[in-house]
Amino acid sequence: MRTTRYGAGFLALALALTACGGAGESDGGGQQAADSAVGVTKDTVVIGTHQPLTGPAAPGYSKISVGARAVYQAINDGGGINGRKIEYKVEDDGYNPTKTVEVVKKLVLQDKVFAIVGGLGTPTHSKVVDYLNSEGVPDLLVSSGALAWDNPQKDPMTFGYQVDYTREGKIQGQYVKDTFAGKKIGYFTQNDDVGRDTQAGLDRFVKDQVVVRQGYDSANTDVTPQLSALKAAGAEVVVCACIPAFTALSILAAAKIGYKPQFVVSSIGADPATLSGLLQDFAKRGGASVSSGQLLAGLIGTGYLPDVAQIADPWVAYFKGIHDKYIAKEPFTNTVLFGMVQAYTFGQALKAAGPEPTRQKVVDAMSSGALKGPGLTPFGFSKDSHAGYTGAYVFKINPDTTTTVIQPPAVTDRGTGAITPYSGERATPEQVNLVSK
Amino acid sequence: MTVRTKPAEATATPVKQRRSLPPLLVHALAALGAFAVVVLLTLVTDEFTNLRLATIGYYLIAVAGLTLLTGLTGQVSLGHGAFMFIGAYTVALLVRRVPSFPLWADLLLASAAGGLAGLLAGAAAARLRGPYLAGATLALAVGLPALTRKFPDFLGGSNGLSFTVHSRPAGIGVPELRWQTWIVWLSVLVALVLVANIVRGRLGRDFRAVRDDEVAAALSGIAVGRTKILAFLVSAVCGGLAGGLQAFLLGTAAPGSFTPALSLSLLAAVVLGGLGSLWGALWGAVALVYFQAWSEDLADVLHLNTDVANNLPLAVYGVILIVVVLAFPRGIQGGFHRLRALLRKPAEKKENHENH
Repeated sequence: MRTTRYGAGFLALALALTACGGAGESDGGGQQAADSAVGVTKDTVVIGTHQPLTGPAAPGYSKISVGARAVYQAINDGGGINGRKIEYKVEDDGYNPTKTVEVVKKLVLQDKVFAIVGGLGTPTHSKVVDYLNSEGVPDLLVSSGALAWDNPQKDPMTFGYQVDYTREGKIQGQYVKDTFAGKKIGYFTQNDDVGRDTQAGLDRFVKDQVVVRQGYDSANTDVTPQLSALKAAGAEVVVCACIPAFTALSILAAAKIGYKPQFVVSSIGADPATLSGLLQDFAKRGGASVSSGQLLAGLIGTGYLPDVAQIADPWVAYFKGIHDKYIAKEPFTNTVLFGMVQAYTFGQALKAAGPEPTRQKVVDAMSSGALKGPGLTPFGFSKDSHAGYTGAYVFKINPDTTTTVIQPPAVTDRGTGAITPYSGERATPEQVNLVSK
Repeated sequence: MTVRTKPAEATATPVKQRRSLPPLLVHALAALGAFAVVVLLTLVTDEFTNLRLATIGYYLIAVAGLTLLTGLTGQVSLGHGAFMFIGAYTVALLVRRVPSFPLWADLLLASAAGGLAGLLAGAAAARLRGPYLAGATLALAVGLPALTRKFPDFLGGSNGLSFTVHSRPAGIGVPELRWQTWIVWLSVLVALVLVANIVRGRLGRDFRAVRDDEVAAALSGIAVGRTKILAFLVSAVCGGLAGGLQAFLLGTAAPGSFTPALSLSLLAAVVLGGLGSLWGALWGAVALVYFQAWSEDLADVLHLNTDVANNLPLAVYGVILIVVVLAFPRGIQGGFHRLRALLRKPAEKKENHENH
């Protein structure tokens, strides 16, 4: 059996080549010098992001990068940050983690980006945090409220953006407990960190009132079974930790089975303008027409950025100006505003990093605590915390799909700390003066 | 594009001429040559292209497995992504829970886990045929990833598992991705040698006999059911290995990556490359990676709206598939054969058709 021997020899060679310690055992890992300035030239800074432009999370979220791009254009037209224009590369990952890993490696290795800004999604972004940190790439303002972005010891390059789901869950939980005392509550949550972290916050206040917990998976758009289960359990209040597409699907599924609970929706899926659009769109595909005002009226949501309908707010007015100039054809929604604020915040950090920015300087600027954002609650950024916005307000959607604040901004922590009203001053666009117009 | 020397001999060598060298040796030498080509390629391309090469590598072994099942044995599987899913989660769990296992053991176990699932699926499949088999395997692809939601603490729910695989020995000055690409291709080529040997050997003949006529095969003493199950087993081992390699390469295993669309793309790659030819598996894998990338770039350049951009890659893929199959019913590899036959014709007219 000479042939077998050759085969065995070849196999042995192959095994020997790969037999170098345990696959899961950590070797020191080589963090590259963080004082590098990859992606920065005399007159440009290249940054990248991964977004679901297609796939299950695209309805709604695909507009975030549109808003961000408009702000970068405005910054560039105003002369850039310290004379450098921002080049913004958006890669589509379709909300598929495998794709996310691929496109982020493309951004880092091929496009040589200076930083990843606003990478979107918990199941997606969690797969690249280790990579970005081991490569020393700043991973700023992650578009997700999972707790996973706030680990400054382990992931020094990663920073959150949104209020995290546990903080938001606590604020929702307290509000629901105070307002709907004694009512039966059902949870409807995404089957991942969104759901887990939100429930951790909610459970601190309303655990005793919960009669049913249902989850959804973003790959399956039929949520009628879950809504039927919520109805069957008699839930009068449904707390929905859902992305926009699934908030809209839940509202439609509830309407279809004649179920009228009080919906309480997390900030990630409670943008009235985006929801109206999705409701119309989904209903049309199902061959029906609906009045989104009627369906949305009374819906309770949480938020941390000013609502686009509050045109008197100096920041909303400022971003509306950019919107009208650069992307007038896009509806001006809270989702678009989300991207605009994110881009603006990165602009602030880049400016604070000084005229010769390096990766480390941007990370230092992020942790300095000096970023005063357009948000209604402050950022948690410091040396020891990489948490984004630290609180939220509660609002209700009116029949004309405008919103009314029914509980002013409050801040809290992700642990057992109290929820306290926040009344700090926000800097105005003139005070921040990122781009001299 | 890389390994021109190997499966041409592996699958298409007229038996008489090469009696002097045993097929396993020929295949092993060809694989070594192919590995040298891959290493050369990774050295002259940038790290991101390395990643694409590695992606082609693990798709290649998945498509090769499916080629053996569908092209050789005639069993259509619409659920091959499920075996990749099993392989990927096996590696993920091993890396996270038993970090002291070396990578090769993880990959072997991933292949074994895929094979075990294939054995079970094959036992059921041997009783089904045609559309019923296709439906049953599709159910695998739809249903299996849902397990992650059933056991969220163990399998990470919809979020999946993320981890870092350490395989590069300290002191080797090779970029991580380049090293990983080598490991992927090394594993793939080892597996391909074995698959090519099966295709060439007695089992391969049994496979073809069962595909062509089950009754005739049974009459000539082939255990039809067992042969079909074996085909499923081998092909699922390949699927498991492919999934394990994907997990190793990307450091993630998440249900969102193993949709039924993946299984369908794999089958499309088999048809596109050339039904039943291992060379075809290579063309199919290359197409899978590059058509996708190109059509995404195209959608990007054209600034299409979401609904169009969403479907463009699949539409482009479909159109290419239709065109290729219309022009060359035996896929890209069949096209190459025809070209070669056309070029050779003036010289000598031989009726030695080489296609498995």
